[in-house]
Amino acid sequence: MANKTAVQATINGEDVEFLCEPHQSLLEVLRDVLRLTGTKEGCNNGNCGACNVILDGVLVNSCLVLGVEAQGKRITTIEGIAPPHGLHPLQQKFLEHAALQCGICTPGFIISAKALLDHNPHPSEHEVRHWLAGNLCRCTGYDKIVRAVLDAADVMAVEVSK
Amino acid sequence: METPVAEQAKATEVSVEERHYNVIGTRPIRHDGADKVTGKALYGADVRLNGMLYGKVLRSPHAHARILSIDVSRALALPGVKAVVTSADLATLDSVVSRVGEGAVNWRYLSNNILASDKVLYHGHAVAAVAATSLNAANEALNLIDVQYEPLPCVITAVQAMRPGAPILLQELRTNELGARGEIPTNIASHDQNMRGDLERGFAEAAVIVEREFTTGIVHQGYIEPHTATAVWGTDDQITIWTSTQGAHDARRQVAEVLQLPVSRIKVIPMEIGGGFGGKTVIYLEPVAALLSWKSGNRPVQVTMSRFEVFAGTGPTSSSVIKVKMGSASDGRITAAQVTMAYAAGAFPGSPVGGAMSVILNAYRMENVQIDGYDVVTNTPRVAAYRAPGGTNAAFASESVIDELACKLGIDPLEMRRINGAKEGDRRVDGPLIRRIGYLETVEKARASAHYQSPLPAPSTPGLKVGRGVASGWWGNWPGGTSSVSVIVNNDGTVNLIEGSTDIGGSRVAMAMQLAETLGLQAADIKPMVVDTDSVGYNDVTAGSRTTYSTGIAVHKAGLSIIQQMRERAAQLWDVESASVDYADGVISSKDNHIGFKELARKVGDGDGNVVASISISPNGDGVALATHIVDVEVDEETGKVQILRYTAVQDVGTAIHPAYVEGQIQGGAAQGIGWALNEEYVYDQQGRLLNGSLLDYRIPTALDLPMIEAVIVEVPNPTHPFGVRGVGEVPIVPPAGAVANAIANATGVRMTVLPMSPQHVLEALWTQGNERV
Repeated sequence: MANKTAVQATINGEDVEFLCEPHQSLLEVLRDVLRLTGTKEGCNNGNCGACNVILDGVLVNSCLVLGVEAQGKRITTIEGIAPPHGLHPLQQKFLEHAALQCGICTPGFIISAKALLDHNPHPSEHEVRHWLAGNLCRCTGYDKIVRAVLDAADVMAVEVSK
Repeated sequence: METPVAEQAKATEVSVEERHYNVIGTRPIRHDGADKVTGKALYGADVRLNGMLYGKVLRSPHAHARILSIDVSRALALPGVKAVVTSADLATLDSVVSRVGEGAVNWRYLSNNILASDKVLYHGHAVAAVAATSLNAANEALNLIDVQYEPLPCVITAVQAMRPGAPILLQELRTNELGARGEIPTNIASHDQNMRGDLERGFAEAAVIVEREFTTGIVHQGYIEPHTATAVWGTDDQITIWTSTQGAHDARRQVAEVLQLPVSRIKVIPMEIGGGFGGKTVIYLEPVAALLSWKSGNRPVQVTMSRFEVFAGTGPTSSSVIKVKMGSASDGRITAAQVTMAYAAGAFPGSPVGGAMSVILNAYRMENVQIDGYDVVTNTPRVAAYRAPGGTNAAFASESVIDELACKLGIDPLEMRRINGAKEGDRRVDGPLIRRIGYLETVEKARASAHYQSPLPAPSTPGLKVGRGVASGWWGNWPGGTSSVSVIVNNDGTVNLIEGSTDIGGSRVAMAMQLAETLGLQAADIKPMVVDTDSVGYNDVTAGSRTTYSTGIAVHKAGLSIIQQMRERAAQLWDVESASVDYADGVISSKDNHIGFKELARKVGDGDGNVVASISISPNGDGVALATHIVDVEVDEETGKVQILRYTAVQDVGTAIHPAYVEGQIQGGAAQGIGWALNEEYVYDQQGRLLNGSLLDYRIPTALDLPMIEAVIVEVPNPTHPFGVRGVGEVPIVPPAGAVANAIANATGVRMTVLPMSPQHVLEALWTQGNERV
């Protein structure tokens, strides 16, 4: 059994220290060590986007990042984007548009969409589709997901302009 | 190409028969939604138990081989490994067929699929499993299990498997030839036939005859959540299983049969499920996890598949070869049709060829017809249901031929379908009389749609070819199965709705809305919950488009019982006869009194006996669903790439309970059908090894591959459901492949006869048929 490494990171705004083995992915650390199971595993090789998290402002597949690489980094997962007692506009719009069916891909989509809107607050439909092409959904045909993201962008733009 | 969002936002069309509902037809937020958008919802692989071990499954590297020996001693000696299981830990079951879910299961075959016994029958077939203290140790232990194989020749397609002299998978298998048992070992499990009229006379009446042979590859359901099961075999011999399944009671039944235990020893706790599409109606890991728990000294064991295991080890749907010969009179009337179809079942009998035989021509009036269907075993994974099982392949063939007939006759393809379309009172090719259906309504609605009325868009780049295609689909939903629900009135006026039907795409809210409509309450007043197998009566699987239909009927009946009890409580309160008490829109009233549901619930409180109802039903209704799709495509003749430009899906849904989730089913089914049409297939090498078992190489559609999908809802209420519901989930996957093929023909003049219509296959067709373009 390999020696464990102590890693300090900021996860969803909280300073966290955890032990992980050198081979463990950030996805395994989140789910099995920190028990943040909102981040999902769909393929474990970077093809489906269900495990997406934001690492120092960059959207990543957490299955392709080692746990030890999180040292000193800021990580945002699906558990960390809503304000206290409320929902993030993306979460609210996913509900209003019925943009989820089974819901397993939803955390990854919401995280990816947040990373998109962080970079580009006014995406076109094509830009949304291009950005979200790394997230697979098998239930919805993407129609309602794209609408929810565009609608959330509009709502967030209004909030910013207030 | 981008489609303006606003232009396509309109979705729900007018009802054919107007009925006024308060809740049905609205779009409340689903009750389980907040947990699912915040990451709190717990899916199968999210279970974490104290002392939990991790299990992994060893799978066959061969497509077909005899197992000579299995030595697990080195694996057991690895530190951290707590248990190893093989088929030696499973009883040899009788070769007996029982109804399970929508289909039939041979228990011996199910058991042999879970862990191979004397032979492995496909690349990825499970051979052994280990449980260890870490995932890493479990994976390492798999490498230490020594299996000696004697490789055998393999057959991958039905055509290969049916050839004389083909390697035989199952020595005991004999063909069920129209009911008679064959005498020689074979890979053909059955031959069935539907026929009516006089084929010869029918073809003699035809002005035009088209005959083509179609082949389709193996495709997978492609749910994003891999299969997973967590089990504890308690020291009291009670087994608890946490899993994501389309039917907890069916999973319990299958585990009980495989482990030869009474069902009462097993409790299945259904976790949230990350997609199924039919593929999670059968079990793979549950008995393995339970046995590992028992052998490791009753520790909890979780086994989760990798994505490769999902592709290689779990049910895809059949590849097929389908011959269609169809004749039409010059007025467009189809005079005769002959179909021969062989579906590959994978390692054990049970392909959906029966469903395919009903799909292929049932949308049309057919006087002279013969359909022959063959169920054939192959060295590929045992197939499982996939959304309208067998339907997409079948409609690809028949809708292509009908389109070609229409082209040859110069008849509009939707007019061709109107001329021949089935309606109430017609007799189906497979026997029964057709009840009220909305097929012709979908054709008319498609014809009147903005999409069909618009000119073809110009190519995005000069030289690309643009075309439009249509296709229809029939699916005979499962109009029954058992559904059980319990309803409890809380003393704050809310109502608990306890169900056992897996919620795979928003059915909790659809059930809550039907109960709210019945009781005259709001959807938010109802608290729907899906509970374990010990806590509610038996429920069949969420499959066959049955849940909103059948469980909806149970919910409505339970609601009527609550209404009756509330009237009696009010009668006691007012000291009047209960017959003189009315109930309407959530208000209970008599000549001199009235009281709202919530107020009465508070008044009767908990102290005077709770108002509760438990209902179990098994409806034997009717639920045929029909759809007509329109697609515009752009074909690059240099590369063979096909791009979907615009897509409209018209469907008779009976009554849309929650229109947003109905649209979602239509859009999702169409998207899966488009993936099947354009990209998806299993690729094997000569030795029968799966080459593309990843989501990179088995490419399902992404957001960038698709346009908005306009869902047009037609409501022709189903007379066998209190609110007119028809199942909506399956039929939208039936037309897409045919519609896309017809659009490609319209664009290029070349008829595609192979699925998927990938760049390679499109180029091959362009090169070989190039000279005979229409």
